[in-house]
Parts: sequence; structure tokens; C-alpha cells
Amino acid sequence: MPRITHLLALSIAACLPATLPAAVADDGFKLVIQDHRFQPPELIVPAGKKLKLVVENRDATPEEFESQALNREKVIAGKATATLFIGPLKPGRYPFVGEYNEATAKGVIVAQ
Amino acid sequence: MFATAVIVFREVLEAALLIGIIAAATRAVPGRNRWLAAGIAVGIAGAGLVALGTGRIAEMASGIGQELFNAAVLGLAVLMLAWHNLWMSASGAALSADARGVGSEISAGRRARSVLLIVVGLAVLREGSETVLFLYGIAASEGGASGSMLMGGVAGIVAGVAVGTALYAGLLRIPLRWFFAATGVLVLFVAAGMASQAARLLIQADVLPSLATPLWDTSQLLPQTSIVGTLLHSLVGYEAQPAGMQLVFYVIVLTAIGAGMKWVYKKSEPRHARS
Repeated sequence: MPRITHLLALSIAACLPATLPAAVADDGFKLVIQDHRFQPPELIVPAGKKLKLVVENRDATPEEFESQALNREKVIAGKATATLFIGPLKPGRYPFVGEYNEATAKGVIVAQ
Repeated sequence: MFATAVIVFREVLEAALLIGIIAAATRAVPGRNRWLAAGIAVGIAGAGLVALGTGRIAEMASGIGQELFNAAVLGLAVLMLAWHNLWMSASGAALSADARGVGSEISAGRRARSVLLIVVGLAVLREGSETVLFLYGIAASEGGASGSMLMGGVAGIVAGVAVGTALYAGLLRIPLRWFFAATGVLVLFVAAGMASQAARLLIQADVLPSLATPLWDTSQLLPQTSIVGTLLHSLVGYEAQPAGMQLVFYVIVLTAIGAGMKWVYKKSEPRHARS
């Protein structure tokens, strides 16, 4: 009997690495807004699946995450974090801006 | 200053166009101007409250509060526009005969006024809250440029209101015979466009599947940020890269309200014949 439980534990452990990338994706891909700029300005994501995007606004002023290419817009209050879902995306470049500070708040999501 | 004006203009335009259409469509409703003004005032007050509570709304429902809130506002607006159109279909023929409204329609007109108030209030609330946030951001940020940027904000509002007023004035030139049919069709498409926007928000919140992303891509042909693209987006719900689910919502609302209008119109025909 103990052997069977061992085997079970082993097989579960064997499955874990396979589920890990999904768990990472579940936490979401993160963007930070600081001084009206996005960090990182270029975010690389996997193509072909739905993604969770977490945007943290460290500025005191509100910002609107907007992307025509991604068909998304979301207002983020000052000192707040927003979550939104994007994709599944075809491989390619998807520019986005912070609409309230378009001169500096620019970035691109690269799906590959 | 110019960039500010453009952003504010874009936010204001959608509400201004809707108000232009609704103001024209309710020309026969007694006391319409007062109710219109009240709707705008309620909307601006609501926009301020929503802007203040943005952080709190966003945190609700584990981070998708903003999407749920805006989708609910849009959904309510779609219902109100549907109700408005059904009522107009039932009494449109009588209204066309006498644009000032006939005695028997006045009680229904009272109900139309509260719908008018709610629709206008919701439109101003939704677009206004983003404008308030944007202008607040400018006012709160440091630098001497804020004065001219606030001027830009005012210019954007004035330009948006001007386009809405122009649409209103244009609609009033439609001969009375066609007038209520024309405004009814316009309201129908605006409602379908709102339903599509609500679907986009629910996809963004992962409440609905997207079905296809995007269903088509006409962003090279007619960008949604262009003047024509923006106008078409506000009036008929045009999107350059919509999700499949958005089209589903669009078609369902379009056919449901359209069929309802036809049905109500047929049912009220004998009454029209008598009057």
C-alpha cells in the first residue's frame, strides 16, 4: 500500500512541472506605471492563449490603459492595480498607451 | 493643450451624439428640455461620484468591478433605449400627425420623460467619469502647463457638444413623415453598439468567452481612432477589431428591439387608423 501512495505522489509530482507554466500565467503578466511610463516597455507573452494582465499604477494620478490592437481599455486609479484579460493573440506586436499621458506612456505587447 | 482637447473631445463625443439623437427623438415630449437638462445634471453629479470611487469600484468583484459596473450601466441604457423605441413605435404615427403630441399620449409622455432622464443621465455618467478623472489628473500633476491643458479640456467639451448639437439640428430637418422612423433606427443602432461594448467589457473581465479575437481587422482600412471611425463607433457601434461575442450581442439586441418595434407597431395600427 505505501508503495502505491508513493507512486501516486510521484506521479503527481511528475505532473507538476507541466502545470507550472499555467500557474505562472494565472498570476498574470505584470506591467508597472511609474512617472507616466510603462515598465517593461516591451512585454513578451505566449501567442494563442488567453492571458491575464496585471497593471500596477504607482503614480498618484489615474491612467487609462488603452490598446486599439488589443481592443482593450481600462481606467486605473492612482496608486491602484488593475486586472484585465487579453487574447488569445496571434503572433505579433500589439502597441498600447496610457491615454492620459500618451506622450510618455507607451509600450508594446509582443506575442510569440 | 491640443492633445488634451482631442482626448476630452473623444470622451464627450459619444454622450453628445446620443443626447443629440435622444433630444431630437423626444421633440414631441412636453417639458423635454427641463428633463434633458436634469438628465445631464444628474449624469455630471454621478460622473463625479464614480470618478471619486474609481479605486473602490475597481477593487470590487476581485478586480473586475469596473467592467461589471460599466457593463451594467450600458445594459440599463440598452433597456431604456429599447423601451423608448417600443413606445415611439406605438405612438409614432400619432406623433407624426402632430409633432406637439396629442392629448391621449401625454400620460405616456410622462413615462417617456423619466426614460429620457435615465438614458441621458447614464450616457453622461459613463463618458463623464473618465473625463473627470483625466482632467483631475492634469490638475493634480505639477507644472505650469496645466492652465493651458485645462483650456484644452474646455475646448474638447465645447467641440463635442457642438457636434452633438449639429447632429440634433440636422435630424430636425428630416421631414416629419420620416422623422420618428429615422430617429428610431438611429436609437436602435446606438443600443446595439452599446450591447457590443458591454460584451467587450465582460470579455475583458473574463466573464464571457471572446469566441474570436478579432473576428475581423479593418484597422488599416478604417481605424477606429479616425474621425469617421469614431463617429461610426458612436452611432452604429463600429469596431475595427471586434471579438466574435460582440457581434453576437449586437445582432441579438438589434433583432430583438427591431422585432419588438414591428410587433408593437402592428398591434397599435387599428388605433392609428381610428385617430
